[in-house]
Amino acid sequence: MDVILNFTGALCLFIGCFLCISGGVGLLRFPDFYTRMHAVGVTDTLGAGMILIGLMFYSPDFLIFAKLVMILLLTLLVGPTTSHVLAKAAMRNGLMPALEKGDNSKEINSSN
Amino acid sequence: MKRHTISLFLTLAAFWLLNSGHNTVLMLALGFAAIMLVLVIVHKMDVVDHESQPIYLTRNIFGYYLWLIKAIIEANITVVKHVWLGNKSISPTLKRIKISQKTDVGKVVYANSITLTPGTVAIDLIDDEVLVHALLRKDIESLIAGEMDRRVTLLER
Repeated sequence: MDVILNFTGALCLFIGCFLCISGGVGLLRFPDFYTRMHAVGVTDTLGAGMILIGLMFYSPDFLIFAKLVMILLLTLLVGPTTSHVLAKAAMRNGLMPALEKGDNSKEINSSN
Repeated sequence: MKRHTISLFLTLAAFWLLNSGHNTVLMLALGFAAIMLVLVIVHKMDVVDHESQPIYLTRNIFGYYLWLIKAIIEANITVVKHVWLGNKSISPTLKRIKISQKTDVGKVVYANSITLTPGTVAIDLIDDEVLVHALLRKDIESLIAGEMDRRVTLLER
């Protein structure tokens, strides 16, 4: 039983680390602010989520488990809120996203 | 109002108990006093209502969470795939999308769900339209198809 718990926890931590690294690579690689924000989205949803779930498998008692669940819920609430605020601030200050060709730029101009 | 206060009390009590882990009488009494103080302050601020304690959501919210977790995992896999595939494979798109929620809470839940799934970010919410930036054109199309919108609207009743 202990072996299974340890193994599952390690697997979750490994997946979480991979997702966080992928998020970091995307952050460096993508062309503009808005697309970079999507890469960060991976880090703060499933990346942090898998690491916290992995840690839950190692928690010695119920209280620590409950605290990890609370941290997970907090990150899931704070992540999208900050992303939204960042995006909205960028849009307010006139940073236009780089769109693919044949885009809908007319529609954006009418929105401001 | 009464139901919202009770719900807030239970939430705070659970939060205090899980965070402290103490169960001596003195500590419990101090915790109880702290919760009561918070309840008094919150009542003075007049923020205990259906928006800060949306109890009516609890009936359907867990089914929605399960579906949302599934959606988040799928979206994560897509975004990670495109991170490693590189810049040629993405098609950033900006579009306004109609939403069908009536209440403010419903709109916020929908916009937050859009932002929570990687690959789509809700930038602005005006009346019954939300401005969404997506990493892939496909993501916008699936939002317009409106499965998430329908599920959030079901939560409202």
